[in-house]
Amino acid sequence: MPTPHPESWIRVTPQGLYCEPGDFFIDPMAGAPRAIVSHGHSDHARPDHGAVLATPETLAIMTARLGEGRAGRSQQALGYHQPLTVGEVRVTLVPAGHVLGSAQVVLEWQNSRIVVSGDYKRQPDPTCAPFEPVPCDVFVTEATFALPVFRHPPAGQEIRRLLDSLALFPERAHLVGCYALGKCQRLIALLRAAGWQRPIYLHGAQQSMCALYERFGIPLGELLPVPRPEKRGATVLAGELVLAPPSAEANPWARRLADPVTAVASGWMRVRQRAKARGVELPLIVSDHVDWDDLLASIAEVGAPEVWVTHGREEALIHALAGRGVRGRALHLLGREEEESGEAALDLAGEEGAA
Amino acid sequence: MSLPAFAELLERLLFTPGRNAKLALLKRWFATQPDPDRGVALAAIAGELRFSTAKPSLVRDLVATRVDPVLLAWSHDYVGDLAETVALIWPEPPARPNRPPPDLSEVVETLELLPKSEVPARMAEWLDVLDAGGRLALIKLVTGGLRVGASARLARQALADWAGQPVEEVEEVWHGVPPPYLPLFRWLEGKGPRPDPRDAPVFRSPMLAQPLEAPDIAALDHAAFRAEWKWDGVRVQAAAGPGGRRLWSRTGEDMSGAFPEILEAMDFHAVVDGELLVMREGGAVAPFADLQQRLNRKVVGPKMLKDHPAGLRLYDLLFENGEDLRALPFDTRRERLEGWFARTRPERMDLSPQIAFVSLDQLGALRDGARAAGIEGLMLKRGDAPYVAGRPKGLWWKWKRAPLSIDAVLMYAQRGHGKRSSTYSDYTFGLWRPDGQGGEELVPVGKAYSGYTDQELVWLDRWIRNHTLSRFGPVREVEKALVLEIVFDAAQRSARHKSGVALRFPRIARLRADKPAAEADRLESLMAMLEKGRE
Ligand SMILES: [Zn+2]
Ligand SMILES: [Zn+2]
Repeated sequence: MPTPHPESWIRVTPQGLYCEPGDFFIDPMAGAPRAIVSHGHSDHARPDHGAVLATPETLAIMTARLGEGRAGRSQQALGYHQPLTVGEVRVTLVPAGHVLGSAQVVLEWQNSRIVVSGDYKRQPDPTCAPFEPVPCDVFVTEATFALPVFRHPPAGQEIRRLLDSLALFPERAHLVGCYALGKCQRLIALLRAAGWQRPIYLHGAQQSMCALYERFGIPLGELLPVPRPEKRGATVLAGELVLAPPSAEANPWARRLADPVTAVASGWMRVRQRAKARGVELPLIVSDHVDWDDLLASIAEVGAPEVWVTHGREEALIHALAGRGVRGRALHLLGREEEESGEAALDLAGEEGAA
Repeated sequence: MSLPAFAELLERLLFTPGRNAKLALLKRWFATQPDPDRGVALAAIAGELRFSTAKPSLVRDLVATRVDPVLLAWSHDYVGDLAETVALIWPEPPARPNRPPPDLSEVVETLELLPKSEVPARMAEWLDVLDAGGRLALIKLVTGGLRVGASARLARQALADWAGQPVEEVEEVWHGVPPPYLPLFRWLEGKGPRPDPRDAPVFRSPMLAQPLEAPDIAALDHAAFRAEWKWDGVRVQAAAGPGGRRLWSRTGEDMSGAFPEILEAMDFHAVVDGELLVMREGGAVAPFADLQQRLNRKVVGPKMLKDHPAGLRLYDLLFENGEDLRALPFDTRRERLEGWFARTRPERMDLSPQIAFVSLDQLGALRDGARAAGIEGLMLKRGDAPYVAGRPKGLWWKWKRAPLSIDAVLMYAQRGHGKRSSTYSDYTFGLWRPDGQGGEELVPVGKAYSGYTDQELVWLDRWIRNHTLSRFGPVREVEKALVLEIVFDAAQRSARHKSGVALRFPRIARLRADKPAAEADRLESLMAMLEKGRE
């Protein structure tokens, strides 16, 4: 029996990627009847689906973020490496190394295999299981950092730069802007590994995800809320580390901190103009997405003759793949953001911010 | 010490807005880095390292041999800056070559000695062993595009702080010691004698005046003081002698290259203190905006020299034929200055006249009447005062004429830097003018970021957040509803401003939340305040 081409059974619809023989969507827009969700970031895990299939961690994250009742009318947890047949399709979740619970969705139908990788990275991350390459006929990938200028240095090196700054400016607070799910906990774990044993202070927006990670057995050490100064106009947390949503430094909330060094941990910090435009004093290049080299290496490892690109800089990736004899195809999926750009997070955090 | 450490220092200086933070970064550099690299880095920061070895095209050609041209073009398009693109995109060899990254001094020495034809290959070798930060520093260093987030002046201040010496001491020695400044570091570390500048045209820290406020006026013994006009130019120090010629700014920046005609006229062996001005025929002083045009460029063309000729108005003599006059009283120095000037007659220079007066009231009237271009007010100098570096109390006073004022409307606000990064502290304000369709429109006339109290700042920040129309980056456009009383020292015609006028030292005097925006001033009232040429 000839192997069907994946395009014949997986389609791009306005609501997202749809798998016909399984009758489900992957990371669809809000309100899909049946969804498999790769991980808990808001551009992948949307509210009000009918049935949701995801890892137990992702289901917990969705419930925490979207609220009870909005994270799928029915939820089905599926652990890594446990194949499950949905309709005619065999579904397996495999670690993606992106954030806690993040999974590549491996789909098999009539001897054809397609891997929807969601978001993923190859750098080690103590807070989630590492990416595992799965050989496949079609690899579906994002292309957030798909330009050869994006090469993330080892995260440990960036953590050392942060600790070095703390040593040089003991009279200043260090405010690190980072995404609340994943980046925040990874930074904390890396700081602990680098020997930072003091309490780490959290903006209100970061607290619930940290608590959730700890419930899943990832130790983060002592975490405290950012206190209010005792007197009006006084400042707090000189020499301490504060983690907050990106751009929190622009909110009046930040005025309570002692002359803060504003740091931002993001893959975009690689480009100076981006760091300069944000007014960042200490740009830290730490990303939960693959950089250019890891993107190409991962595609080579899975050996797929065809790569579908969901969003990002697809033209550069497709150009590079063509030179390697791989067919690239841009899916132009709607609703995917540059989640690390952080501008959206500013408004989420609110003008006064949570205390 | 290797290039990557220098790269990290540069990176942090560039992104750090705070002066104290920059000083801390530099002090640690001096304390922890070995010679000669700490001095080479200092020279790079102070702008005293210059190469002509490599053009940006060299780097472009090099990277083209290693990177797909399409990806390079897209990357360049995304990043903007070519040097940064190359630094980021340079493919890292799968295994780093087993050589350490080069020392900063090694790079500098090699580039001075290496034949030009061998530079590309050597550059490629270096690029292969550096990380992105190191590559960027190398490329910028070699192609002469190094932008440093610290001035030479700040670097000298850090040097002085680190060594526990007054900055004036460092200033006097600084320009007499070439990079990498080994005798300077030896002296600062207490391991060697103070370097002797001898006849080198070094910078001497200038004597500065204090603003004269009402309580001081009452206590002033007017007979002890001499008066001069306060010129609205740039304070400079002209040092010339057998060791060379230099034109120094008030902060010790070397301005020689920008004012070749002044340098040419410095055919003497002396150090004089004076005001750099654009002077038209007959010594008429041009508005500050004209001088600004000269200051903005490092190299001047013949047209600029002809249209904006610079002159020097002298008011003090610090050295004559190697003799240090700074300990002498002002009156004696003035006599020496006049005598020296009469004998030397340097071109493009004249003496700042002394103003005779019998009472402070009379002086006050003179000050208020002075609305000619180029005059900011009066200087009062004690006749018996020596020339003391810094801002000594009670010896020199600056008595600025009363500021002008307008009521303007707040148009845009921008977040500040460092401590003010969460606060909208920079304000663009405008005045009304006809919009050509029978209505009125606001035209921006200036920017102010000072003058308010802490409480007013908090109030303004809140008002801006509550009245935002649109946002772009750190800037907010606000409802045109808040009137600010702006004071400024002068209004000058300017072709570079949309309104056609530029304000000198605008600052916020009062918030006029009580006043309706429609009653703010009109552009024509500001135009009526424009400086006349000197009568
Ligand atoms: Zn994600
Ligand atoms: Zn995503």
